[in-house]
Amino acid sequence: MLLGKVSLTPALCTALRISPAFSGIQKQIGAAATQNARLYASSQAAEAVLDKQAVGTTTATKAATAKKAQSVESQSFAVNMFKGQINPSQVFPFPSVMNEEQTQFLQELVPPVSKFFEEVNDPAKNDSLEKVEDSTMESLKEMGAFGLQVPQDLGGVGLTNTQYARLVEIVGQHDLGVGITLGAHQSIGFKGILLVGSPAQKEKYLPKLATGETLAAFCLTEPASGSDAASIKTLATLSPCGKHYILNGGKIWISNGGLAEIFTVFAKMPMMDEKTGQMKDKITAFIVERSFGGVTHGPPEKKMGIKASNTAEVYFENVPVPIENVLGEVGGGFKVAMAILNNGRFGMAAALSGTMKGVITQAVDHAANRVQFGSKIHTYGAIQEKLARMTMLQYVTESMAYMISGNMDSGSKDYHIEAAISKIFASEAAWEVTDECIQVMGGMGFMKGSGVERVMRDLRIFRIFEGTNDILRLFVALNGFQDAGKHLKSLQKALKNPLGNAGLLAGEITKRAKRTAGLSTGLTLQGSVHPELSHSGNLAVKAIEHFGVTVEDMLLKYGKNILHEQFVLKRVADSAIDLYAMVVVLSSCSAMETYLMKLPTNSSCADVASRGSLELCRLPAL
Amino acid sequence: MSRVLVGVKRVIDYAVKIRVKPDHSGVVTDGVKHSMNPFCEIAVEEAVKLKEKKFIKEVVAVSCGPTQVTETIRTALAMGCDRGIHVEVSGKDYEAMGPLQISKIFAALAKKEEASLVILGKQAIDDDCNQTGQMTAALLDWPQGTFASEVTIDGEKVKVVREIDGGLETIKISMPAVLTADLRLNTPRYATLPNIMKAKKKKIANMKPADLGVDEPPTRLAGVKVETVDDLVAKLKANGTI
Repeated sequence: MLLGKVSLTPALCTALRISPAFSGIQKQIGAAATQNARLYASSQAAEAVLDKQAVGTTTATKAATAKKAQSVESQSFAVNMFKGQINPSQVFPFPSVMNEEQTQFLQELVPPVSKFFEEVNDPAKNDSLEKVEDSTMESLKEMGAFGLQVPQDLGGVGLTNTQYARLVEIVGQHDLGVGITLGAHQSIGFKGILLVGSPAQKEKYLPKLATGETLAAFCLTEPASGSDAASIKTLATLSPCGKHYILNGGKIWISNGGLAEIFTVFAKMPMMDEKTGQMKDKITAFIVERSFGGVTHGPPEKKMGIKASNTAEVYFENVPVPIENVLGEVGGGFKVAMAILNNGRFGMAAALSGTMKGVITQAVDHAANRVQFGSKIHTYGAIQEKLARMTMLQYVTESMAYMISGNMDSGSKDYHIEAAISKIFASEAAWEVTDECIQVMGGMGFMKGSGVERVMRDLRIFRIFEGTNDILRLFVALNGFQDAGKHLKSLQKALKNPLGNAGLLAGEITKRAKRTAGLSTGLTLQGSVHPELSHSGNLAVKAIEHFGVTVEDMLLKYGKNILHEQFVLKRVADSAIDLYAMVVVLSSCSAMETYLMKLPTNSSCADVASRGSLELCRLPAL
Repeated sequence: MSRVLVGVKRVIDYAVKIRVKPDHSGVVTDGVKHSMNPFCEIAVEEAVKLKEKKFIKEVVAVSCGPTQVTETIRTALAMGCDRGIHVEVSGKDYEAMGPLQISKIFAALAKKEEASLVILGKQAIDDDCNQTGQMTAALLDWPQGTFASEVTIDGEKVKVVREIDGGLETIKISMPAVLTADLRLNTPRYATLPNIMKAKKKKIANMKPADLGVDEPPTRLAGVKVETVDDLVAKLKANGTI
């Protein structure tokens, strides 16, 4: 049947929109089995021919290529978005991961927690004291708030991510300072033990951490190492006896630094790199107890917001850490740090969606009562527009938080881009919403008494810590580009063996030909979104197609150097965030029994569509 | 000195803004936040405290109503009650139910469970009847300590400090007895998450009023408006009321 090697001819390259010089396929250019090339160059003819040929291909090869394609293929929506594809498995339908028992349990947890925050916790007092009141801390510990995700058999409440998100929403609604105290302890402070700790480490530390008897802190940042986490200088050297690591260094801006007993500390260690045979500095994570000796801390930092949360410098001076306290693998600390931060990120979106709910309630309350020029101000369009925008932003954030927690609870390991997107979106949305709330409330919003100015001050840090929004944008863009690039590379590989990859190639050629002709490539959200949202669904699909094309253009233009093109990366990330936002609300609204949120959904999508096309259009010009 | 029965009622949460239904047939309850009657919370707290002080062995939380009241029973369990009893009454029967029927149910249960004390909230915040405790005591022919702001067990007797119009009255009553809790009796504890978890394992028994020998609440007859006092007296004489 078929017929020698097919080489990459210029014609084929045009069909696949790959620059012949793109990646090492140069060798194959020249010699051409022209007959076959011509066949491939025409899409329709190619399909017809390829179908016949596909029949002849052995099932083994088919299965092998199919398997290879699948193992490379990510289920993450964002990842596929960068390839201009829609993988709906994680977004449609909106994840509903709790069984009846879990839902009922959660419904029982919400009232006591809400009641506590409404009646007992005094955020204004916490803010002026610059600490969480002692009695409140005690009650929080009794309540079990310090071990929400620790398994029940180790003394915790054993909540799933979705249940945790719901409770964190309540905390965020009332007091972000307390939220950070709790979050620094369990969302990052001892999360490492939960994620990668050995059974012995879990048994030893988790019970006391769960009851709040001991508090935890996450120690990564140093004076010279913030975003550049890999450059930390805190040093761990193996003691002569070989039973301890001796820790030396200083960490700054550590939440709970002055209160914690248990620290997750990241330090560098010189290690032999197996591949190069040279000594290299690798980071290792350690569980450090204050009781080991040599651990001291500085006074509480004076901050703009989250004043109730203790932030302090922590110093390690010849601290002996038993080798059993290495967390994860020796030298694998960076991965541990990233895993911890990724795992806790959805919590921020959840908390901030609660914060927004709280301030929106205040704004609405004010607007519904304040009379000016003879009418209640909520009757005026200017105010209505503000309230509408605030609601849209809150709805997107809430939908993102629960979509991600739902995906995580379903076992997905592939949520990092989405988690980063949600943190960026949530922190910026919360800032805008609270700012608008103050505006709606006028002078009252500016006064300490109403509490909104405190929320505003508390919120500022959310765009900075846990990965600055700027770094996270680069992360989103680069991760997306990397996968899209891999896809392109796999296409090129497929080209080397077109017969074995006939189906894959035919699909690609058809898609691109259709695109060039201005036809829809068959991507659709019909069936996934509610009929009343179908227009918005189409906007989303168009935007994703446009996005995929732009990403490819950028890759073709810059290749590996895309790494340095931060102007492009930022804009691509912004588009990715916008697109994910669109899709998330489409899914969320379609899943609701009453389409209450139709208006915000359609408005959000229209908003993004008009903004998105502008952003993406500007890119090629850069 | 073994068992205490505590009655808990599921009511519209005190912080909710009450709205009347458009057809004026009642108050909007659908989708509205409900919680345990605050005075019932105080009653539960007192019962659990007595158990912690080892005066009693078991606290049983009881509620009458449709399925949703199990949420309220669970809250009581999370506060420290040992088990619950859900007396199922739903729909029209539930709406027609009043203190008399509830008292009959409680009286029957108190006898069945051989309770030494029945502790109730002094009144519910939705109907403000302030009758159930008193009626229950009467049906059982037990002593009652109502509007209690302090309860002390002294051997076989209970010392109750009551808040009355004139001030405080201290009485000593023998058990078994019925107590109703007033505002200053105690400050109810917050249900902690670990306790809510433990509460899931506690049992809630299900039964119907008929199982306790209590009949359906009677249908309420329509009233009649009269023009003058003489008319009223005549009507009352006619139907044998006076």
